[in-house]
This record gives sequence, structure tokens and C-alpha cells, in this order.
Amino acid sequence: MTTTDTGTRRGKAAAGSEYHAKDGLLLEVEDLYVEFHTADGIARAINGVNFDLYEGQTLAILGESGSGKSVTAQAIMGILDVPPAVIPKGQIRYCGEDLLTMQAEKRRKTRGPEISMVFQDALSSLNPVFPVGWQIAEMFRVHRGMNRSDSLERAIKLMQRVQIPGAKERVKAYPHQFSGGMRQRIMIAMAIALDPAVLIADEPTTALDVTVQAQIMALLQELQEERQMGLILITHDLGVVADVADKIAVMYAGRIVERADVYDLYRQPAHPYTKGLLESIPRLDQKGQQLAAIGGLPPNLMRIPEGCAFNPRCKYAQDVCREDRPALRLVAPGRESACHFAEEVLNG
Amino acid sequence: MTEASTIAVSAEAGQPVGGQADEGRSLASDAWRQLKGNPIFWVSVSLITLFVVMALVPQLFTNVDPGAAVLKEARAEPGADAWFGRDIQGYDIYSRTVYGARASILVGVFSTLATVVIGLVMGVLAGYYGGFLDTLVSRVTDIFFAIPLLLGGILFMSTFPNDQNTPYLVVVGKVVLVLSVFGWPSIARLMRSSVLQVKPNDYVQAARALGASPWRIIRSHVMPNALAPVIVVSTINLGVFITAEATLSFLGIGLTPPAVSWGVAISDALVAVRTYPHILLFPSLFLSLAVLAFIMLGDAVRDAFDPKSR
Repeated sequence: MTTTDTGTRRGKAAAGSEYHAKDGLLLEVEDLYVEFHTADGIARAINGVNFDLYEGQTLAILGESGSGKSVTAQAIMGILDVPPAVIPKGQIRYCGEDLLTMQAEKRRKTRGPEISMVFQDALSSLNPVFPVGWQIAEMFRVHRGMNRSDSLERAIKLMQRVQIPGAKERVKAYPHQFSGGMRQRIMIAMAIALDPAVLIADEPTTALDVTVQAQIMALLQELQEERQMGLILITHDLGVVADVADKIAVMYAGRIVERADVYDLYRQPAHPYTKGLLESIPRLDQKGQQLAAIGGLPPNLMRIPEGCAFNPRCKYAQDVCREDRPALRLVAPGRESACHFAEEVLNG
Repeated sequence: MTEASTIAVSAEAGQPVGGQADEGRSLASDAWRQLKGNPIFWVSVSLITLFVVMALVPQLFTNVDPGAAVLKEARAEPGADAWFGRDIQGYDIYSRTVYGARASILVGVFSTLATVVIGLVMGVLAGYYGGFLDTLVSRVTDIFFAIPLLLGGILFMSTFPNDQNTPYLVVVGKVVLVLSVFGWPSIARLMRSSVLQVKPNDYVQAARALGASPWRIIRSHVMPNALAPVIVVSTINLGVFITAEATLSFLGIGLTPPAVSWGVAISDALVAVRTYPHILLFPSLFLSLAVLAFIMLGDAVRDAFDPKSR
């Protein structure tokens, strides 16, 4: 953010942060489980999620509502409400250190300068009673101990960086005086204020209209390349991720069911669920035809089906799918799928 | 009165002289800017200032001793000699009313301060941390809710009665104590519900995700957004406490003669209410004006602290 740090995260980390990414590996999520203990029973939101995130990499986590993608993000940030949420198992390592066992105060200090997050609905993610500039500047005052005028100056610079027109004049405006897209830019400015190594964007464009969506995605991508951040992009929108992400992990019922490079996955899905998703995108050349949809509903997280969670909705399902839960396995170079018939799906 | 002065002070501190007003633009200074243009605010503030000065230095308004009874002129109509007339004992009503402000203002302000401080702390703890703490605070407030404010006051004051020799401040202190003890649960409840409403908001989550400490989240995200109803209710409560003091005094168990208070004066006036209504009129008028002033202030302050109403 300052003019001096131009190198990679490791270069910068050596100068300031106590965390050092070995070989660019920022974040490792290993065998993560999250449950919600409610009056009606235990909802198993995440059931063994694994992934790594490297510097400069954009990982998209794709899935429909209730697939566990947002919970994954909240677990990484450590903002799940415990209880009702319980993390019975798993590790989330940031630069080799497990965040889940880290002391609360130390972990809190990683939020902002190390790992940061952009929320879905910028409309409600900004405090309505304070001017936006004050809120951005708060990041510098709290974490960097800057005084009022310096921090406000930095806030103006950041607002200019996220392309808010007339930043100098608008620094004193309140959130409700901005449009949705501008508010999301302000949210992004706050999230990147302390130059985090990892940025999690939880459906950053859902509340915005399509033209603004594209601008926000372009901005995120630009910032990510500029700062070599590791970016986790959580979305249910296949179109949003196509241009931005390097890797895609598709989640279903709290598990990653397929993981691949963006290009491969779009060209040739290796899991029936991904295939179904891709087929359900309306295309111009299908004009007049019925739009394909995945039949049935996502499973109730309190009663995830035996075997493969997707089996009741899957047209490939055999007896084996109802008994044996397939693990995520390598089915082709760079392609992982959690399906007994992954090869068939991939080739057919 | 307290609210007004704190706002004024913080606004002045946050408002630099000259053209660099953008530096100190805080919630308080914005609220101040809004308040400045509100006539209701100025009316209420002038009334409150008047009553506060009356409470602090009644000698400024009158040099008649409120304890001096001129029996032969008892029940005199308002006139040049005694502006508001004289009561049954021949006391100068104007002087009694001026001196009576002290008890009402003391009781109102200190009861409000105490209830707000206790109520805010309890409400924030219960609402923000939840769990066992919440249950504890909620049940305790339930217990207090079972006893109406006035009944509690009557019970307490008649268990620990005053006599002629009880010092003035002890009498006032007792009334403040009982009103605060029975008054804080409503503020705590209000604050708790308000905090519960604010807490799940994305901006509180966002603040957590951006590394804010619990204390900072409470201070700059939860409190400013949850405070508005408490400000309004506590300014209204201030009026209620003044009335409660007057009621207790009226019943003869709050402030008792020789202490002077509006409640005592109203109580004394009742025997002659049909024949000499002016004896009742003036203390009642002042009481109503004081209560009205605080309620108007509460309204103006609430409007000013809500950015969406600007």
C-alpha cells in the first residue's frame, strides 16, 4: 500500500509481519468440520474440507445456498458464533500456524493485517452512524496507531485507489449517501487497508446489478494482482468467477466435490453436480429449448444422505453411491473429483 | 441537562476553528450541527438551564426566605408583594417554587445518571455476551419488574422514614437510591434488546472480521447504533423521576418539610384546591414545564443522533 512495498508478500512480511509464507503457501485448510448445534439437532455444515491457498492465487469456492461456502469463510476468519457453531475437527493454518488453536488475542490481530474479508451486502456492512472516511481511517488508527489527520489522508488515498470519484469531498459522507457499488468499493478499501496477505470475498457482487458486478470483480482482480494477495472468492454465480479465478472448488453439502483449474472445469466437468450446474446456465444457442436444471433440492444438513450426498439428485447414481461416500481423488492431471463415476462424467 | 452539556463540550472539542472542519467530523459534531438548527432544542435547553440555575443559586431569583411564613397574609392572591401569592401557611409561593427546583433537579438528574450507567452496563453485557450473563440479568430485571417504581419507592421510604433532623442531602440521596434501584431494569432491558438488534448486523461482523477488539466493537459499532432509544427513554425517565419524587413527597414520605419541593408544595395546596387554586397552580406549572423540557430535549437529541433523519 505504501510506495515502498512493491515485492511479494514474503518480501513485505520480512519487513513487518511476524508471519512468513513458506514457498508462497499462505493458507492450508485441513480436514475441517463445522457443526451447528441447534434445538432441532446437529446441522453438519462442513464435513471435511481441504484446500491450500498460495500467494497471488485466486481460489473460487462455488456452491449453492447451504453448501457451506460462507461457513468455510467464517471459520477461516474466526467469526463464527460459538456456540451454536462447533468446530469438532480440523486445522486452519496460516503461514504454518494453526488459527484454531491460536490464542484469541493473537488471532484477532491477524484479522485485518493478515487475513481480511469483504462481505456480501455492503449496504449493511458499513456502520450507518459514521462517515465512511472515518470508518476506513479507523483501520489505521486502531492497527497502526495513526493520528486523525494522517489516517484520514490514508483513507482518502484508499478511496481513490478503489476508484471512488471525488474521494476528497466524499470522505465525510455517510454510507446511506452512496450507491451499492460505491459502498462495496468502500468495503473493499477497508478490507485491503492493512494490506492483508489473504482476502476473502464472500459473494461480493450478489447485491449489485450486473454492470457493477463486472466493475467490482475487475477491481478485486486488479488489487489482487497488484498486491499478490491470496484471494478466496465465494460465490454461487458461475459467470462471476470465470474470468477471475485460477482454481475452482465446488462445494456440495459441506464437502468439496470437485476441484480443478477454471478452464478445465468449465470445459469438462468431472462431477455430475458441476456438470448439472454448467448445464443450467442459459445459453444463447439454446433459444427455444427447455433450460436444464438439477432435479430435487439440496440436502437437509441435519440429515445428509448416506453415501454420496448428491446421490438422490444424480442421474449417474448406482447402489454404490448410496452406500459408499466417495473421497475427493485425482481423476486426471490437475483434476480432482469426489465421484465413483468421475471418469465417465469427465469423458461423457 | 447532562446530555446537553456533554454534547456541547464534545462538539466544541471536535470542531476546529476556521476552514478545516473536515478534520473533526465525528458523530457528536454532526449531531451538534443538527441540534443547532432545531428550535425545540433551544427552547428545552433554555428551560433546563433556567431550572438548573434555579436549583444551583435560587438567591438569584428571589431574596425572600422560603421558610418565612406570614400567617396573616396566608392564601393571599398573586400581587406585588408576593408574585405568586401566598399559601396556607403564608409562605411566599414564588420563593417556595424557586427553591423547590433543587430537589426535583437533583433527584431527576442523579436518578437518570445512575439508571443509565447501571442499565447500559448491564444491557450491553447481557446483549453482547449473551449466555449465562444474559439469563442472569434478564431474571434479575424480571424480579424488579414485578415491583412498580412507585410501590417500591413507597415501601422503601416507609421502611426507612425521614425525620426532622435527617440532613437534606441524605433525604435526596434516599429518593435517588430507591428510584435508581427500581429504574435501571427498564434501561437495561431496552439496551439489551437494542444491542441484540444491532449485534447481528453485518457491520458488527465486518468489524470483527477486520480485527476490532470486543471493546472497540462495543464502543464504536454497537453503542452508537443502540443508544438512541436509551437516550430518548432516559430523558423521558428524567421527567418520570421528577414526578415520582413529587409523588413521594406528596404522599409525605419523600421529601418532608422543612425541605422544600414541588411535590411538598402540591401536597400542601390540595386542601385549598377549590378555593385557592393559585396555590396549586404554580408548583404544578413548574413541575410540568421541567418534565416537558426534558422530554423535548430527548426528542431533539434522538433526531440529531440518527443520521438517516438528516
